[in-house]
Amino acid sequence: MTNAAPILAIDGLTMRFGGILAINKLSFTAQRRQITALIGPNGAGKTTVFNCITGFYRPSGGTMTLVHDDGATFRLDRLHDFRICKYAKVARTFQNIRLFPGMTALENLMVAQHNTLMRASGFSLLGLLNAPSFRDAERDAIDFAREWLERIGLTDRADDAAGNLPYGDQRRLEIARAMCARPALLCLDEPAAGLNANESAALSDLLLSIRNDIGTSILLIEHDMSVVMEISDHIVVLDHGVKIADGAPRAVRDDPKVVAAYLGADEEDAAQVMEQTMEGGA
Amino acid sequence: MAVPAPHPASAEPTAGFGFILKKAVISALVALVLFFLMIGIRTEAGSSGQLIYWTRFGELAAIVGAVFVGSIVIELLRRWIGPVGGVELPASVRGGFAVLGRLLAPALLIFALLVPVIFYKERYLLDLAILVMTYVMLGWGLNIVVGLAGLLDLGYVAFYAVGAYSYALLAQSGLPLPHLTDAFPYVAFSMEQLGPWAFWVLLPVSGLLAALWGVILGFPVLRLRGDYLAIVTLAFGEIIRLVILNWQDLTGGPNGISGIPRPTVFGIPLTPGEHGFAAMIGVPFSPTHRLVFLFYLILALALITNWVTIRLRRLPIGRAWEAMREDEVACRALGINITTTKLSAFAIGAMFGGFAGAFFATRQGFISPESFSFQESALVLAIVVLGGMGSQLGVALAAIAMIGGFELFRGLDQFRMLVFGGVMVLLMIWRPRGLIGHRAPTVFLQKRTEISASLVKEGHG
Repeated sequence: MTNAAPILAIDGLTMRFGGILAINKLSFTAQRRQITALIGPNGAGKTTVFNCITGFYRPSGGTMTLVHDDGATFRLDRLHDFRICKYAKVARTFQNIRLFPGMTALENLMVAQHNTLMRASGFSLLGLLNAPSFRDAERDAIDFAREWLERIGLTDRADDAAGNLPYGDQRRLEIARAMCARPALLCLDEPAAGLNANESAALSDLLLSIRNDIGTSILLIEHDMSVVMEISDHIVVLDHGVKIADGAPRAVRDDPKVVAAYLGADEEDAAQVMEQTMEGGA
Repeated sequence: MAVPAPHPASAEPTAGFGFILKKAVISALVALVLFFLMIGIRTEAGSSGQLIYWTRFGELAAIVGAVFVGSIVIELLRRWIGPVGGVELPASVRGGFAVLGRLLAPALLIFALLVPVIFYKERYLLDLAILVMTYVMLGWGLNIVVGLAGLLDLGYVAFYAVGAYSYALLAQSGLPLPHLTDAFPYVAFSMEQLGPWAFWVLLPVSGLLAALWGVILGFPVLRLRGDYLAIVTLAFGEIIRLVILNWQDLTGGPNGISGIPRPTVFGIPLTPGEHGFAAMIGVPFSPTHRLVFLFYLILALALITNWVTIRLRRLPIGRAWEAMREDEVACRALGINITTTKLSAFAIGAMFGGFAGAFFATRQGFISPESFSFQESALVLAIVVLGGMGSQLGVALAAIAMIGGFELFRGLDQFRMLVFGGVMVLLMIWRPRGLIGHRAPTVFLQKRTEISASLVKEGHG
């Protein structure tokens, strides 16, 4: 079932807001069963890329091609809105958590399985009659949700309102909710933001297990470099809407252009700073 | 909850007295400004149209004095009782309330079933019970749109009107299929063919037409939220009313439609003749039979609404409605089609409004645009908000309180609205999220925990 093509190939993606060029001819690929990190300073256009991929923005130009394991190919730049998740199977989380606060953790995970359940409920007609086929489908959905609650360690709080959970739990629940949509590609927008060191480590483990055990490809925006360096297979660096580096974590970290972008200095200064820090570190 | 007193009395009682006095003086001044023109000066048109006025400073002084004293009394009471929000009931009392709450719904249902038996002799109360049940049904219908899907709809009466007029017009002309299908006369239903079954055939048709109008309204407002949605739905309600009022050829305009067929007990008319229901079951005819039948009819319709809503809430569509109320963006990211989800909420809510409208038409036997003014929309919305958005029991309680309370205060004549408004204000201070504000989850792993109202979103439209 392995497919050699990259899960996501972005080619010449351009996004314009009026006169502002937020993303300029961005091209990169995300490999199957890998964690690809998208990093860059604030305002580099990372979230804009995410919004293009997940159908919240319609890109001004360029193509985005997603290939499933079975070879089914989707042009994300032509799909829009909810269809990206429903058909192309791309699920995402948000920078500022967007759970359904008034619904329980379990309900949040059930909503994520809406399309499967909707079909099983015969668009509500079979469901209204409480048909056995629907009851089976619902039991399966609850089991799947329970599995994910166990995985993120929230089984005990399954029936608590999502808005009542501690911040770190909400972050993990949002990832579980996205995974309950059974995505081929999981897009995480700063999942480690606001987490303490322990929670960050747990998050890294969770993401690695999603990649290794479930085989979902992950695209990640993250500022926490310890998380990025630890778990990414591949890093793409953006600055001012342009790709400035692309490669393995170690190579990217040592790229003077990247350091310059982060420190706001020019490349020569950055090279000096890096030498100094390396000496200091050694 | 309640606003705590700005200065705790125990801390500085002497400074507190000055504060009370100051507050009372300010209240009295406000009252003086407010009532100076309203009460202080009385104007009337004289016999030849000239202005006559005289002053009533005595009454003005009395009112201002009452406000001054009242303000002091209220402030003293507040200090004596302490901050209102801080009262925590003991666990045993709360447990008792929880048991009462669980028994409330079955008790209400049993009482509703027994209403015609208890009040058989009291025609007025039976009529009132039918009216209350109609509003319970309308409240439950609107609850789908406002309470579950979080779409603020100020024009719900439009669907009530569509249902009523659909039934009235179709009952007069028969289903208009004969015009379309001359070649297939067997699908044609004229009024004569429908005969005593008119209501039972046309009830679902009215509901479906109302649902169709729900979708027609839904399309243009898909992108609107909150206040904007409220304004457009408000306008939609008025448009329907004005069209009915002005399309004289079809609807009879302000004269309305009379002679709408009364309902039958599944084909058996409730008439005095030998083919009537009374003769059939061998009891003397009484006009109360029709009232009793109408009551059970609307009770059944309302319970169907309730059952469908409760079931839908536990289905993916209902969960999608609630998720949409909580966060529309997250819904889209999870692959939920917002368009169909919104339209289905509008359509199903409208359908029950249409059923209620058809019932209204058959109950009255006469309808006119006057019955479908904005006030009805506001009343139904008030029932939903007062009951606690999304709560079926809360809506039923609110409908009983609002419509029943309205009748209760009838003796107060012109002050009825004042008392009524005051009670509403107090209720909203006491329970800002409605009588039953918490939300019950639709599915659970270990135990069903109630979700407090503060977490549940009201929706942005």
